[in-house]
Amino acid sequence: MFNESDLTALAITLKLAALTTVILLLVGTPLAWWLSRTRCRLKFLFEAIVALPLVLPPTVLGFYLLVAFSPNGPVGVLMQAVGGPPLAFTFTGLVIGSVIYSMPFVVQPLQDAFSAVGRRPLEVAATLRASPLDRFFTVAIPLARPGFLTAAVLGFAHTLGEFGVVLMIGGNIPGETQVVSIAIYDHVEGLEYSHAHWLSGGLLLMSFLMLIAVYALNRRFRLMRS
Amino acid sequence: MPQLKVPGLLLNILLLSVLMTCNRPLYADEILVAVASNFSGVIKKLSDAFEAKTEHKVILSPGSTGKHYAQIINGAPFDVFFSADAERPLKLEVEGMTVPGSRFTYAIGKLVLWSPQQGYVDAEGRVLEQSDFRHLSIANPRHAPYGRAAEQVLRARGLWNGLKGKFVRGENISQAFRFVKSGNAELGFVAASQVNRPGQGIEGSMWDVPQALYTPVRQQAVLLRDSEATRAFLAYVKGHDALKIIRDYGYDTP
Repeated sequence: MFNESDLTALAITLKLAALTTVILLLVGTPLAWWLSRTRCRLKFLFEAIVALPLVLPPTVLGFYLLVAFSPNGPVGVLMQAVGGPPLAFTFTGLVIGSVIYSMPFVVQPLQDAFSAVGRRPLEVAATLRASPLDRFFTVAIPLARPGFLTAAVLGFAHTLGEFGVVLMIGGNIPGETQVVSIAIYDHVEGLEYSHAHWLSGGLLLMSFLMLIAVYALNRRFRLMRS
Repeated sequence: MPQLKVPGLLLNILLLSVLMTCNRPLYADEILVAVASNFSGVIKKLSDAFEAKTEHKVILSPGSTGKHYAQIINGAPFDVFFSADAERPLKLEVEGMTVPGSRFTYAIGKLVLWSPQQGYVDAEGRVLEQSDFRHLSIANPRHAPYGRAAEQVLRARGLWNGLKGKFVRGENISQAFRFVKSGNAELGFVAASQVNRPGQGIEGSMWDVPQALYTPVRQQAVLLRDSEATRAFLAYVKGHDALKIIRDYGYDTP
């Protein structure tokens, strides 16, 4: 069934997906809020940048990261200047790659949710003397709750399925950068098809259950509202 | 009527393509070649020369041998398979997927320890014992033949266990090379053919690993579909001119 290195890969994958999701919710919330409110004429430009990972092949992103992380690359030079460790072939490097790679899956549902809240509830709260911060935390966020759920689950699930970026910058190190998708790839390459089946099946089931949860919960939110 | 225009256009296209086909010599044939990525530079050169001679067209699909093998047993339409090892062609032969008697060794790969930095790797590979590097790049020994060769070398020198924590593993030798070339790993075991570019000096520094330390990487090819064109191509690859090109790229030939 699962051997020890498969379980390690599974643990690394879950840790990567969880960490990526938390970071994306923290970074993505203010960004999505700004995108949903701003009247800045360059808004379309920022939206396009956020959506780029949707259409770019992961190998493009992985290739750029590999070049950027190298000792002569911009990130590598910066890391050396601040005395930090190189990022290629490290878990931290994968987290950075995943945050970029899964960004649209978190930011877009949040932006939609904030837009759906509309200006009215916030204006009402303002007339009741709620401060802007107060309005954001006690009005906007609770009303956008379904958006947060969708964003978190999609961000998590999308990171679970990451392959191209990890292949390019991971170096396939067990316990550090060997995620499930890479382990499956190795099993297939090595003709160990039964191992590949177990891991693939596990990933399929997990992803499917998560998506079911999102759609079921979203339906309940909609019913509650109407 | 606009509906009539479409068949008209289709007819034109059909006529045009028939005309274009007629223009080419009747014996011209397309040969679809699956080739191990470490050999893709060489085969490009070989197929260019072959095309110039014969009017046949060679279409190359470089990739990892494990993936090609899986594609072939699942019905991929390749005509010739240049494997990175001897194991996969033999397996295909046993499974009856090849033209009987077509399997042959087209190149013998050599392993080098290489760094793009001048003077980093010494001529005896002692740099491995000093181990002041962060990452040593190798191809995955579980399925890549050059990775297996690298493992044999490190085990022979008694360094395998000590260096385990420093390995980064490419899915094939091309990726192992890319990790080093990009500077993310200081050094790595790569194929001699990757650092030997004919007509150019060798960049960086390397240790030419003695062949006593590993089983030579015998790269074999098999014919999957028999035709006059595919036979002509294999005959060319076995010929004098081709062998010279293959050796120029740092391979041994049988």
